[in-house]
Amino acid sequence: MNAAQQVKFYQVGSLAAGNRLLAPELRSDQSDPDRSNALTCGHRACQGCGEALGARYVLDAAQRASGGNVIAVNATGCLEVFSTPYPETSWQLPWLHSLFGNAPAVASGVAAALRAKGRTDVRVVGQGGDGGTVDIGLGCLSGMFERNDDVLYVCYDNEAYMNTGVQRSGATPPTARTATTQAVGDAPGAPFGQGKSLPLIAMAHEIPYVATATVAGLRDLEAKVHRAMGMRGARYLHVLVPCPLGWGTPSHDTVRIARLAEQSGLFPVFEALDGEVTAVTKIRRRVPVEEYLRPQKRYAHLFTPEVRTDVIARLQRAADRNIARFELAEEVLP
Amino acid sequence: MKEKPFAITLDVGSSLANRTGAWRTERPEYVHRLPPCNGACPAGENIQQWLFHAESGDYESAWRELMRDNPLPAVMGRICYHPCEAACNRVQVDDAVGINAVECFLGDEAIRHGWTLEAPQATSGKRVLVIGSGPAGLSAAYHLRLLGHEVTIREAQDRPGGMMRYGIPRYRLPREVLEAEIDRVLALGIALELGARVDDVLAAQRDGGFDAVFLAVGAGIGRRAYIPAGDSARILDAVTLLGGMEGEGPPLLGRKVAVYGGGNTAMDAARTARRLGATDAVVVYRRTRDRMPAHDEEVTEALEEGVRMKWLSTIKHADGGRITIERMELDETGFPQPTGEFEELDADTVVLALGQDSDLSLVEDVPDLAVDHGTVQVADGLMTGHPGVFAGGDMVPAERTATVAVGHGKKAARHIDAYLRGTSYRPGPKHDPAAFDRLNTWYYADAPASVRPRLELARRVSTFDEVVQGLDESTALFEARRCMSCGNCFECDNCYGVCPDNAITKLGPGKGFAIDLDYCKGCGLCVAECPSGAMDMIPEE
Repeated sequence: MNAAQQVKFYQVGSLAAGNRLLAPELRSDQSDPDRSNALTCGHRACQGCGEALGARYVLDAAQRASGGNVIAVNATGCLEVFSTPYPETSWQLPWLHSLFGNAPAVASGVAAALRAKGRTDVRVVGQGGDGGTVDIGLGCLSGMFERNDDVLYVCYDNEAYMNTGVQRSGATPPTARTATTQAVGDAPGAPFGQGKSLPLIAMAHEIPYVATATVAGLRDLEAKVHRAMGMRGARYLHVLVPCPLGWGTPSHDTVRIARLAEQSGLFPVFEALDGEVTAVTKIRRRVPVEEYLRPQKRYAHLFTPEVRTDVIARLQRAADRNIARFELAEEVLP
Repeated sequence: MKEKPFAITLDVGSSLANRTGAWRTERPEYVHRLPPCNGACPAGENIQQWLFHAESGDYESAWRELMRDNPLPAVMGRICYHPCEAACNRVQVDDAVGINAVECFLGDEAIRHGWTLEAPQATSGKRVLVIGSGPAGLSAAYHLRLLGHEVTIREAQDRPGGMMRYGIPRYRLPREVLEAEIDRVLALGIALELGARVDDVLAAQRDGGFDAVFLAVGAGIGRRAYIPAGDSARILDAVTLLGGMEGEGPPLLGRKVAVYGGGNTAMDAARTARRLGATDAVVVYRRTRDRMPAHDEEVTEALEEGVRMKWLSTIKHADGGRITIERMELDETGFPQPTGEFEELDADTVVLALGQDSDLSLVEDVPDLAVDHGTVQVADGLMTGHPGVFAGGDMVPAERTATVAVGHGKKAARHIDAYLRGTSYRPGPKHDPAAFDRLNTWYYADAPASVRPRLELARRVSTFDEVVQGLDESTALFEARRCMSCGNCFECDNCYGVCPDNAITKLGPGKGFAIDLDYCKGCGLCVAECPSGAMDMIPEE
């Protein structure tokens, strides 16, 4: 059980953003009326954007953890495009953008420059979407990991290239419809047996810290950012951020869908130190994968014109495998 | 113009210039909904609000909020059948919030700390006569006094409390609790005249110079049924039995007692008989358990204490330590029909608990006051057909519980106040209900209900010690915090947290939130993730 979950206030537990009964220092960073709002109003993300939400959650917490001394380096992608149409910026912290694939390398460079200047108080966060991280930036990221550069790299995973029109990425799950994996043919949507798990790849580098989180678990996400910011070396945080546009979900469902991803077992939430899983967030209200899939138009072909029980069962097996592999099921007390 | 780098022509600007609120087709709005507990409370308590105070450990504020509607929390925390808990939305998550237990805790805290209310000066110059000092009468007197009127209560018995004293056994309501709460009500400057039976209400009003009267004489006459009985049969009614417990010596019952009836009074009579030494206390009831008017909790406690039940049975004859009962069966309409099958049962005493009637002799000569089926007919404002004469509690048509009576007292006080001021009382509009499907229960931590400790069984059947005990402070606090605050903001900051556009501003403790419509894109995440369903999306014009 991580620190965020130990707070037991029953009206809201530790699950809501704030809690009037808790001492302010025990509340979430997001409940602070003076939070830094690293990503401020007026950005052009779609209604209900999970990535905009996730980025603010992460960077506000990172700023809180480091006394506000954070430099962010951003890969190309939605997050960069919607936040910085020339000459406007939504960022309220030092922020750099270079290329689609080189954000981890630029972040390594910023960290090296700070080290050369003796500025150990200033911390570096690299960030990008799943395209920039899992596919295009993987070489640079792997280098950053293997050199153990002092960077927290955050991937906001919305499971496709949303900015350019919802093309498949290496993080797109099987059967999901994208512009390049159309819902046609015998096996509609993204194929089974492709794609990769970057958290596991990061763990294989045996870097100090790897964690996954979702925008549905604010307290958990913040605790992980604080933990990561308390360490030095290469750290990796993978945050699931539903995309109403690309996933075909109502804008008000962003958090609910992220919660269902977690509660179905399709997106395991865990923490790993030096390449070993050390903590998992147990599933609290387990749901069948169907409950997660059905509200999303990218999976509509699994339900119309007929329900593809065979395909859904295969996805259920993937979820069950995660639950077994990461021990996500709540222990039953004897 | 400032020198700019190569190829740069515009100054750096903030995205705050981009008013994304223009994208919106719907806007979120904070709302108040009526929580089901509040909606179900016969005394009209603002339960959610007093739980809100209790959650922060501010028990005195919680008690004061409770006292706005109900002057007897320690009593109600024991004897109320808590329809609030039956209505509680938390039932659909795990178990209802133990509202009644927390109420009891707050009432006991008030007694322990000696919390009192300040009564305003009786400035209205109006005088009200309250007849009867049961829950309805005390509640009306309390509220009328707080509204600035001079109040006199006349009670026929020699102790105040009505059915709370003469109908509810001590093991459910210890008398020191009752006394403490009655004393606190009277200390507001209410005159109480004991042994002061009113035989003619209009004469009493005229002679005493009262501007209005509230009738709350209750229903204190046990209904008799004709049972053929021999000379040696001992038959008494439950009201006499329970009332007799307040006299010098307890009533004499035999070793084997049959109680006839299926209501709460029957349970009280049977349980009292057990405590008076009856080795066998049998409840004889003509229908089945699920059709019994007695509350399930009371039936369960009676069974635990060894009370036996004879369902589908009527008493045909009683004599010489034996009764004859006839087995019944329910017809298609659920009405019991005789079967002609008889059996005999040992019973020294038969206690009749077949319902109660009101002694309405005091209103016989009141013009325009209507009596129907033994109850006084009243309009919405609890006024009888005779102007200035109001009535409430068990003597008017309603469910007969102490809590309903307390609610009548409050309601009548408001209407009497308006009557005395020559106006009419209009209650404010009610919010729409806070239905369960509006909640996002994910955010409520798993927290099973606390159970109130119960006296051990051996002492339950041999003493009149209180059976259901109170919660200690930490358990009461835990229980209060299980409240989900249905339909009303409790400042969990979720809306503020989940807005991807930072369009919600926190205004500070107790002040809630504001929506910045310049930037709100209308995504609806705040509404969807509001745990308590205190927000709505409404279409833009």
